[in-house]
Amino acid sequence: MSAVGRGTIRGSGPGAASPAARRAALVVIGLVFAVPIAAMVAFSLRSADGTGHDLGHWLALADPENGRAYRNLVEGVTNSLVLAVVTAVLVLVMLVPAMVLVHLRYPRLSRVLEFVCLVPITVPAIVLVVGLAPVYSVVARLLGSGAWTLALAYGVTVLPYAYRAVQSDLAATDLRTLTEASRTLGSSWLSTLVLVVVPSLRRGLLAAAFITVAVVLGEYTISSLLNRVTLQTSLVQISRSDPFAAVIVALLALAFAFVLLVVMGRVGSVGSARPAVPSSTSRKAHS
Amino acid sequence: MTATLPERPAAAASSSSIVPVGAAVAFRSVVKEYAGHRALTGFDLDLGAGELVALLGPSGCGKTTALRSLAGLEAVTSGTVSIDGRDVVGVPTHRRDVGMVFQAYSLFPHLTVQQNVEFGLRMRRVARGERARRAAEMLDLVGLGDLGARYAHQLSGGQQQRVALARALVTRPRVLLLDEPLSALDAKVRVQLRDEIRRIQRELSITTLFVTHDQEEALAVADRVAVMRAGGIEQIGAPEELYATPATQFVAEFVGTSNRLRSEVVSGRVRLPGGEVPAVGVCADGPVWAYVRPEDVVFAERGLAGTVEQVSFRGATVRTVVRTTGDVLITLDHRADRRRAVGDGVCLAITAQAVAVAAID
Repeated sequence: MSAVGRGTIRGSGPGAASPAARRAALVVIGLVFAVPIAAMVAFSLRSADGTGHDLGHWLALADPENGRAYRNLVEGVTNSLVLAVVTAVLVLVMLVPAMVLVHLRYPRLSRVLEFVCLVPITVPAIVLVVGLAPVYSVVARLLGSGAWTLALAYGVTVLPYAYRAVQSDLAATDLRTLTEASRTLGSSWLSTLVLVVVPSLRRGLLAAAFITVAVVLGEYTISSLLNRVTLQTSLVQISRSDPFAAVIVALLALAFAFVLLVVMGRVGSVGSARPAVPSSTSRKAHS
Repeated sequence: MTATLPERPAAAASSSSIVPVGAAVAFRSVVKEYAGHRALTGFDLDLGAGELVALLGPSGCGKTTALRSLAGLEAVTSGTVSIDGRDVVGVPTHRRDVGMVFQAYSLFPHLTVQQNVEFGLRMRRVARGERARRAAEMLDLVGLGDLGARYAHQLSGGQQQRVALARALVTRPRVLLLDEPLSALDAKVRVQLRDEIRRIQRELSITTLFVTHDQEEALAVADRVAVMRAGGIEQIGAPEELYATPATQFVAEFVGTSNRLRSEVVSGRVRLPGGEVPAVGVCADGPVWAYVRPEDVVFAERGLAGTVEQVSFRGATVRTVVRTTGDVLITLDHRADRRRAVGDGVCLAITAQAVAVAAID
């Protein structure tokens, strides 16, 4: 968004808040987020004897000698990372071609697709697990009970978020003209999908992928009720014996999600952040 | 990625990669139906090699459908579309070897101008060096040789359409399709680019189908203009022919501005204020509508009397609307030094050498 655009949105219209009110709102919201995080940091830095603060618990987590104690936690983190990647790939590979196909060839089905993709957000995780339990007995027979199989269930839960992220980009792009231009230039449908559609929708795809990763890393109910070891279930388990380690890992997970969001913003803006050339100059010179 | 279209060889005699690539195109009895609605109703059209034909008509007349049928972006319901005598119905778009410029800006936003122009060559697996050379050459042709490193969002609308034109032409397509490529541009850029399209089309001798709803644009650039109505061609001919001798009432009213006067045909001549002139158009003796162009009406000492109702300055000419004593509005274009004021009493004479007529329904 341009500076002018931002200025317009923040304009002092009849309903616009004053700068002081805006700052106050930001401070309150900031405190809501900052206070618990600060408390977690302070807790994690508490010394073993409880009298002061040090990095003991952080260093203990990184100590190879404690590997046995944190084995379950490492397994949970590994499983969650694998699940995050598999779920993101699964969702993008299944969802994006379907959305593009509906957008270009069957626009009448867009409402149906939207409904199907948004339904999971209305279903509580506990209800989803009740339905998924018998399905997973079949999945276990066919595909085994590897941690990655949980990605099938996670794929359903992240569908609404991924759909919204891709859909917003799809609506802002004249994909029909771009694909037709590509085809008249001698590109097959597959080439068009890979060379034109995916790069044109890269912001939406990145957003969908990162949101998927964030949701998967934070998911607890399904993995717990299906007796799988993930980051969240192992955090709960370790918090009973070593609450400091649980808090430290939770902080690291938060930091990871924050980095993901920053990367999403930075990568998504590539292409639009290049130095703009004043169009008036261009017109004078060439039009 | 599989390249699906063979690269067309450059003419051996030419030292440049920009070579004439015209092909003959024929539509035969093409019908296109959308959910019961017929967009094309037995459409017939021939384009000679290297010819520029404009499809002109109001919205919904089927002109874009005809163009998209040739591109393969619309499947025809029946009929044939052939390029150089080969029926291409059933041939997928990416194998038809056509170049197309769209009404909407269609540059790939993630690629630079140079990469956009090279895209079609990449699909044909042209070597990297050759690609770069030909893309640069084509960008020079459209006057954007120094903008290869920019992205679409860094270009004006006119520049984007020039790049789209270069991108469509760099593969040496057999046919160039222009789907209202100028309609999103402002008036000055539109005229400039229109003239450039014509210059490049002539230079390359590429067969071109140009869709537009702008009659001035069609008359200015085309070798022939096909006026379309309700899925078929109403009249096709050279711009001058179409303007001077419209075959139907629709063409007379759609192409240019006409004064529609109630008149009478006797022995092939139409009676007008100021005398009789030959009637153009098949019409039996009797009452007719006569279509008189504004430039064929002049102020005179005697003739149709009336009062000036409206005067508008148009640069080189002035357009004056006169309400006659018979309560008919007549428009005339004349030089600025013959300007009259609103409310002036004037007399009009018709100087046309021949006048298009149509029977009164």
